[in-house]
Amino acid sequence: MTEQPQQPPASIDDLETGDLYRLRLFVTGATPNSTRAISNLKELCETHLANKYELEIVDVYQQPLIAISEQLIALPMLVKLSPLPQRRLIGDMSDTGKVLRGLGLPAM
Amino acid sequence: MAKESKKNKKAADHPQIAKTPTGITGLDEITGGGIPAGRPTLICGEAGCGKTLVSLEFIVRGAIEFNEPGVFMAFEEKAEELAMNAGSLGFNLEQLQKDKKLKIDYVHVDRSEIEETGEYDLDGLFIRLGYAIDTIGAKRVVLDTIENLFAGLTNQGILRAELRRLFQWLKEKGVTAMITGERGEGPSLTRQGLEEYVSDCVILLDHRVINQISTRRLRIVKYRGSVHGTNEYPFLIDEDGISVLPVTSLRLEKEVSSDRVSSGIPSLDKMLCGKGFFKGGSVLVSGTAGTGKTSIAACFANEICNQKQRCLYFAFEESPRQIIRNMHSISMDLQMHVDNGLLQFMASRPTLHGLEQHLVAMHKLIKRFKPQAVVLDPITNLITVGSVSEVKAMLIRLIDFLQEEQITVMFTALTLNSVVTEQTDEGVSSLVDAWILVRDIEFNGERNRGMYIMKSRGMKHSNQVREFIITDKGIDLVEVYLGPEGVLTGSAREAQKLQEQTGEVLRSHAMSVKDREVLRKRKVLEAKIAGLQSEFESAEEELNKIYIEEELVKKVAEGNRQEMLKLRRGDQGGNDRKVKSNENKRI
Repeated sequence: MTEQPQQPPASIDDLETGDLYRLRLFVTGATPNSTRAISNLKELCETHLANKYELEIVDVYQQPLIAISEQLIALPMLVKLSPLPQRRLIGDMSDTGKVLRGLGLPAM
Repeated sequence: MAKESKKNKKAADHPQIAKTPTGITGLDEITGGGIPAGRPTLICGEAGCGKTLVSLEFIVRGAIEFNEPGVFMAFEEKAEELAMNAGSLGFNLEQLQKDKKLKIDYVHVDRSEIEETGEYDLDGLFIRLGYAIDTIGAKRVVLDTIENLFAGLTNQGILRAELRRLFQWLKEKGVTAMITGERGEGPSLTRQGLEEYVSDCVILLDHRVINQISTRRLRIVKYRGSVHGTNEYPFLIDEDGISVLPVTSLRLEKEVSSDRVSSGIPSLDKMLCGKGFFKGGSVLVSGTAGTGKTSIAACFANEICNQKQRCLYFAFEESPRQIIRNMHSISMDLQMHVDNGLLQFMASRPTLHGLEQHLVAMHKLIKRFKPQAVVLDPITNLITVGSVSEVKAMLIRLIDFLQEEQITVMFTALTLNSVVTEQTDEGVSSLVDAWILVRDIEFNGERNRGMYIMKSRGMKHSNQVREFIITDKGIDLVEVYLGPEGVLTGSAREAQKLQEQTGEVLRSHAMSVKDREVLRKRKVLEAKIAGLQSEFESAEEELNKIYIEEELVKKVAEGNRQEMLKLRRGDQGGNDRKVKSNENKRI
C-alpha cells in the first residue's frame, strides 16, 4: 500500500550494517515542537543508540517538495529508514517509551 | 459572469459578500452567485452522494471557465483514480495538470504506520498545501475528505486545533475552499463536526431512495451574509457533470406573450378565437383512454415543426418509433421533422428516475435543444413514481421554467372514469392556461369522441362540444348535432342529418301546395272584388243618372223661364235688371 520513496542519503548508502540506525527527522524550522523533538531525539539516541545511529534532520520549510514525496502531514516526524521495517513516528518525541517502541528498542 | 458583474456593481453601494461562481449548473443561481469567495465552504453528505464530484467540478470549472487554478487535495482517492472518475464526466485532469491549472495532491494517512510520540502539528499539510497553491497561483482549494485525518491521527485535541488553524490560514491565503465531510450519525452534519469550523457556507447533499427510486438533492444549510435558496433542490450527475435545478421561482413575474401558436388542427384554432394557443402558454389535453390525446399532441408537434420551429417531445408511454408509425396512419410525417432536426423525441419510462431527476433531465434537455414547444405525453404516467402532490409540484416547476423560457407546453393526461372526472388530471388543471377535454360520448351503440375547451385563459373561445374525428387525413372537428334528442354524434348525427334533409324536402313540397292554394284563393277573391266593383259602378251610374236628369230638368226649366222673360221684355226693361240680379243671387 505504501510506496515509500526510499532515497537514503548517498553518504551512508554503503554503510549497510545490521545495527546502524538510520534516522531522518522532518521538522519545521524552529517551532517549539521541532526544537523539542530535536533535543528529545538527540538525548534519547545518545542514551540508547550511542554511536550506532545516523540522524538526518530535514527542515521541510526549506524543501516543500519533500513534504509531498514523503507524504508528510503531521510534523515533526521521525522516519526510521533502517533497520527495516520502516517506522514513522510523529510528535515531539517526549513519550520516550513510545519512541523506543517505535524504533524497536527495548524499553528501559 | 454577467450576474457576477452585476453583483459587484451592487457591492459598490452596500458592502456585500464577494462570491466565487462554482460553474456548476444551477448551484450559482441558488446561492445567488456562488460560494463565498476567499472562505471555506463545507459540502457534507452521506457516502456516495456526490461530494467529491461537486468539489471536483468546482475545481475543474474554475480552471476552465473562470481561469482560477485550483488545488485538489485528496485524502481518499489517488490522483489516478480521481482522474479516471473525472474522465467519466468529460474532464481531462491530466491535461489541466499539465497546463498548471490544477494540482492534485493525494494525502495518504495510515494509522498503522504512525506512532504518536507527543505534541505535533499539521505543518506538513500546511506546507504541501501552501506549496501547491503558490506554484500554480491557485484561487480554489478542495480538501476531500479532510475527516480522514481523524482516522489516521488519534490526538483529537491537536487535530481540532489544527483544523481551526488550517481554515483560518486558508482564509488568510484568500483562496476559496471547498471542504467535504461525511454525514455523521444523529443531528450533526459531519462525523467530526467540521461545521463548527466552517461556518460561512454549508451545503448538504442527500441521496434518498423512495419507492426504489433514488433522487439526489442539495440544500444550502447555511450561508452567512447572503440570501440563498433554502429548499431542497434536486440534482443530477450525468456525463456533463452536475446540474442542480433551481426550480421554483416563487415570484410570478414572467414575461407574457400575446403571440399565438396554432394547435395544428384548424378547426380547433377556430374554437380558440381563430388563432390557437398563446405562445409560452401551457395546454392540457385530457381525456379517457383512446380518445386521441397523443394524436392531438403529435398534431401540435407537427404543426410547430411545419413552422420551422423546434419541438421536444417527451414520451413516457410509447417509443418514438411507435409514435411515428402511428401518426403515419393519420397522414402525419414526423420522421421528416426528426430527420430535419426540428423534432426531438425523448422517451423514457417514468420509473427511470425519480420525479425530480426527470425534471432535471427535462430541464437540461430543454436548455440544450432550445425548443419553441414541448410536449409531455402523458403526465399521468409520472404518478407511478410520485404522489399526486409531488407530480403537481414538479409540474408547477416545469411550467414555471417553460413560461420563463417562453416555451409552449402541451401535456396530455389520462382521466380515469371516476366520479369526479374533471378533477383528476394530477391537479394541474388550475395551473394550465388552456384545457382541452376529449371525451367519449357513448350513444346508440357506438363510441364517439367529443372535444371541448374547458378553459382557455385570456381569449374568447367556443363553448361548444365538437365531435372529434380522426381520419386517415388527420384530425378534424365537426360540429355535433344538437337536436331535440340531445347531443348526437357519429352515425346518429349522420342519420339525424339525413332525416332532416328528408323533412326539408317534404316541407318544401307542402309549402308549394299551400302556396298554390293561396294563389287560387287570391284569384277567386280578386274576381269577386271585380264583380263588386262593377256592381258599385253601376249603382253609382244610376245615382249619377238621376242627378244629371235633375240637373237637365233644372236647366230646361231655367231656359224656359228665360224664354218667358224675353217674351216679357217689351213692357218693363228696368225690372229686367232687377230680376237678373235676383237670379244671380239665387244661383
